[in-house]
Amino acid sequence: MTLPAPPMSLLAELTHRCPLQCPYCSNPEALEPVAQELSTQEWIRVFDEAADLGVLQVHFSGGEPMVRRDLSELVRHAVRKGLYTNLITSGVLMDSKALGALSSAGLDHVQLSFQDVAPIMAEHIGGMKGAQEKKIEAARLVVADGMPLTLNFVVHRLNVERIPQMFDLAEELGARRVEIAHTQYYGWGLRNRRALLPTREQLQQSEHDVAAARERFGTRMAIDFVTPDYYADEPKPCMGGWGQRFLNITPSGRVLPCHAAETIPGVLFPDVRETGLARIWNESKLFGMFRGTDWMPEPCRSCARKEEDWGGCRCQALALTGRADATDPVCRLSPDRGLVDKAIVQTDDQPFVYRRMGRNAAG
Amino acid sequence: MSCNPEGRVPAFARGVRLQRDRVREQWVIQAPERAFIVDDIAAAVLQRVSGDVTLAHIIDDLTTAYDAPRETIASDVLSMVADLVDRQALVWRS
Ligand code: SF4
Ligand code: SF4
Repeated sequence: MTLPAPPMSLLAELTHRCPLQCPYCSNPEALEPVAQELSTQEWIRVFDEAADLGVLQVHFSGGEPMVRRDLSELVRHAVRKGLYTNLITSGVLMDSKALGALSSAGLDHVQLSFQDVAPIMAEHIGGMKGAQEKKIEAARLVVADGMPLTLNFVVHRLNVERIPQMFDLAEELGARRVEIAHTQYYGWGLRNRRALLPTREQLQQSEHDVAAARERFGTRMAIDFVTPDYYADEPKPCMGGWGQRFLNITPSGRVLPCHAAETIPGVLFPDVRETGLARIWNESKLFGMFRGTDWMPEPCRSCARKEEDWGGCRCQALALTGRADATDPVCRLSPDRGLVDKAIVQTDDQPFVYRRMGRNAAG
Repeated sequence: MSCNPEGRVPAFARGVRLQRDRVREQWVIQAPERAFIVDDIAAAVLQRVSGDVTLAHIIDDLTTAYDAPRETIASDVLSMVADLVDRQALVWRS
């Protein structure tokens, strides 16, 4: 038996705790409680195993990873193992002391998320008063330290018009990279889809605005643009293919091929508390389930693009069709494309269902 | 800043480094949000980028190590370094 190629990157969700409540948060709807979080020692063992397995980059994420008091200790350990360390943060808990500790631990890069440029809207979306000012301060601290900074903007119907101002803010703050990512519709995003899905005109405008920024900044700023695939003809290669490049570990130690995979019914989710990471990657049923092309149904099976998009997103297929092994319904060739076309015209200004611990049952 | 490009000193930008990937047995540049594979020739150049030696020095060193015409090496090194500076992986220290 030949082993699958080793993973490139690990998303370490240190906690699901977060002072913000973004209605498109990629955390699962059932948030994991503090009491179940992996301990410092457990994470350290995970990073050792990840480095031995071939992981090159670790993304410290959450929730808000800065609520963990051992964050800089974990960063220091990952750095010692030769892992590239990236902190994905909302910035609201950053101050000069915290940044100093992370910087001396050897943190390589910070990705800071903004909900909008206009403070009132940003705070409406994130559900936290005073957040914008703290984020701006966090960006200044990172840049003053000399660490490379990426600003991340998740865009949707309520803020997509301000992409040009998002680039202005990034330039003013001295960010080296910007990510403009259209909301992905599963989990919380799917629950709030009616309020978040942009119109086709908004999407086209956003493409135009990003192209203009690329022209304006040239190589001075790296720009990543994630388009909303509902308006595309073909799906995205979710995570570079299931079980091919990427691992996600939840706060309690469950190991997933993508952060939404826990929605898939009828499988056992491997756990780092019970099984080594190499064994999970190489041998678990979950990681093998949609790896490569053998599992594919038609029309993917006989499609020329099957090794480019790997049949699209499994979680999106599940969320929209009820079958995780269906062709991603975003694809024009999928028999279920009608579900996506219907969603595009079903939008309204309903209030958000905010992401909350424990209180997420009712709409 | 010197007008002669060979007098300049390249350095890795903060958050970017060359690293041996022991599992896949290759060299990679680790950078924000991505790792690029680099071939052995590029790795030989980048191993000599320490932030305190000039390009002239790096080129001389490679000429001795690889027993190749200096001109060929110089033009490869200059274009490779310029490209990485353009992509913000390297910066000019002086
Ligand atoms: S998306 Fe918003 S709510 Fe979710 S973890 Fe990030 S900042 Fe917190
Ligand atoms: S049929 Fe399958 S492989 Fe082909 S483009 Fe659609 S999703 Fe991708």
